[in-house]
Amino acid sequence: MYNKITAADIAALQAIVGTDEVLTGNAINPDYAHDELGGISRMPEALVRVRTTEEVSAIMRHAWERNIPVTVRGSGTGLVGAAVPIEGGILLETTKMNKILSLDPNNLTVTVQPGVLLMELAAFAEENDFLYPPDPGEKSATIGGNISTNAGGMRAVKYGVTRDYVRSLTVVLPNGEIQTFGAAVAKNSSGYSLKDLIIGSEGTLAIICEAVLKLVPLPKVSVSLLVPFPDMKSAIEAVPEIIRSKVTPTAIEYMSRDTILFSESYLGKKFPDTKNDAYILLTFDGNSDAQVDQDMSTVAELCLKIGALDAYIVDTEERKKSVWSARGAFLEAIKASTTEMDECDVVVPGNQVDTFIKFTHELADEMNVRIPSFGHAGDGNLHIYICRDALSEADWQNTLSVCFDRMYAKAVELGGLVSGEHGIGYAKKEFLKRQYGETPIVLMQGIKKVFDPKNILNPGKVCF
Amino acid sequence: MKILVCVKQVPGSNNVEVDPVTGVLKRSGIASKINPYDLYAIETALSLTERFGGTVETLTMGPPQAKAVIQETVCMGAQSGTVLTDRKFAGADVLATAYTLSQGVRKCGDYDLILCGKQTTDGDTAQVGAELSEYLGIPNISNVLSVDDYQDGRLLLTASLDDQIVTLETALPCLISVDGDINTPRLPSYKIRKTLTDDSVKFLTFADFEDQNADHYGLSGSATQVERIFPPEKLSQKQTVEGDADTQAEALYALLLEKKML
Repeated sequence: MYNKITAADIAALQAIVGTDEVLTGNAINPDYAHDELGGISRMPEALVRVRTTEEVSAIMRHAWERNIPVTVRGSGTGLVGAAVPIEGGILLETTKMNKILSLDPNNLTVTVQPGVLLMELAAFAEENDFLYPPDPGEKSATIGGNISTNAGGMRAVKYGVTRDYVRSLTVVLPNGEIQTFGAAVAKNSSGYSLKDLIIGSEGTLAIICEAVLKLVPLPKVSVSLLVPFPDMKSAIEAVPEIIRSKVTPTAIEYMSRDTILFSESYLGKKFPDTKNDAYILLTFDGNSDAQVDQDMSTVAELCLKIGALDAYIVDTEERKKSVWSARGAFLEAIKASTTEMDECDVVVPGNQVDTFIKFTHELADEMNVRIPSFGHAGDGNLHIYICRDALSEADWQNTLSVCFDRMYAKAVELGGLVSGEHGIGYAKKEFLKRQYGETPIVLMQGIKKVFDPKNILNPGKVCF
Repeated sequence: MKILVCVKQVPGSNNVEVDPVTGVLKRSGIASKINPYDLYAIETALSLTERFGGTVETLTMGPPQAKAVIQETVCMGAQSGTVLTDRKFAGADVLATAYTLSQGVRKCGDYDLILCGKQTTDGDTAQVGAELSEYLGIPNISNVLSVDDYQDGRLLLTASLDDQIVTLETALPCLISVDGDINTPRLPSYKIRKTLTDDSVKFLTFADFEDQNADHYGLSGSATQVERIFPPEKLSQKQTVEGDADTQAEALYALLLEKKML
């Protein structure tokens, strides 16, 4: 159905971006065939590294005319195979579109190219006394990737997710046309929100080439609290109580001792406390020591009242690093602890988190498989990992299939959704279809057809 | 084992401005914290008492607000601590600081072991520990990586001499300065913070000391004079390694060897 890339196509692509930026065959690093976890792999016919919106536009005009599939890739840190070129064709890499273009302190916005890394944007904002609130664990992801999955992260409890910070997007449509959706404005009632359709569309509708993002003033004080509990049940049950206390932490994460120990071994660095089975990690921010201390004390008192063994204060850069660097490494640490793994990124209503976690523990016992988990207890988004360990290929596939079926069914039963922040990509398509049923999927397919009637942009993902 | 840990209150951030006229750090209005290097010493002390029994006290010199860092050490598990505070102590260099601390130690009691961090994040001289041991007339071992055993009143230690690691045995009392990054310091406990009382922090002034010659303290007791303080020049370089995976790995390995990072 698609055309294969020919020598003439390569010459045309080289004419757009330069000879050095078009790679083919063995010159392409095998890492470009996959992402971090999607379970699918395919090499592109050509890897094209772009620097400007105009280059992206010219490439799409060529691909449109020649009917060549194009898949966009940022840092390749995705977890559902969204950036894998499953139909071959062009893999368009945006990491060289990595400029922070401007800071507008009057409108509290920053304009960036899509290849800027989350950690670069976070540092830039902080240097200028601002905060870019979305805080996914993978700091080397690109902003383009974050927008494409509507990444959430650890501060979502108080600040929301990536979507809440995107004011406008300049995109290239599959036919090469350049369009800007949204504007650097705080309110917008101007027709259908095309900008919001692009956010979370995982590179299937248009290519993000520039984004105007909202910033907030940098809170002057930030303190975390590491609260040990005797077991996971009491830790998780504390979360709804904390939320009911009306203090709004920026983050509420839960973690088990096992996961912390994996992280210690992966990082080669001890965690400040591993004596207890379960922990909740919270952060509070604000503009005065007194206010933040009051919030922290309220929650510490509450936790002690409902069974916490203590509440450790994480108040300096060094202490935050010792705790949060471990939290940031959990995914890689669990991955390093097993032979192979797959993940479930469900989101359930906040008051169902404990029910869901308990369910995964029962499932692990029943299936005789290791299912470690960690996640955003405050917003219901859980990261649950099924570890292969010593299972044979046949047993592994069977275990995965049963566990995923049961976990997604349970999430739906509890009023949750298939993905909280990692997206659907290729790996979770069937589960999305199963949850939504025909009409929502047909509507999504209709939207895709309007944007991309030739289906050349990231084909075979999300709803197809 | 009766242990004393010396700590210092330092600016909470690395981005502290220097007054261009006086050459002194602008500390007012800046949040403060325990010198991060001292946390490794506190953790070493607390771990030792967990293994071998004993008590941990802490000592600092500074303005009355330095009480906060002593309270923090108590929240980490120390039993109590002392602040040496007096206007006469102001402007002390490393020598006068070590002398003042030695007077404080003599007043506080007899200790089997005195622990210091390697250096501070503000002064950065890494000399106070050694000079304090000299004034107290006890052995000093620097750059200690671990305290491995305690038997029959003697400590077995591992220390770094930069190009080699040595195992040492020492009699007590002695003073050791521990290296940075040798452990992960425990966090202060909110539960202990709730129960803090005034008894946990003691204040000593010049009037409490044995040596009543004011010329031995502060600016007048200092052997050095600071002419200028300036932040170190920041150097950041970025190098990109291109090529296929094997070429990149080779190039990276060669680069790390060249920079002596491997």
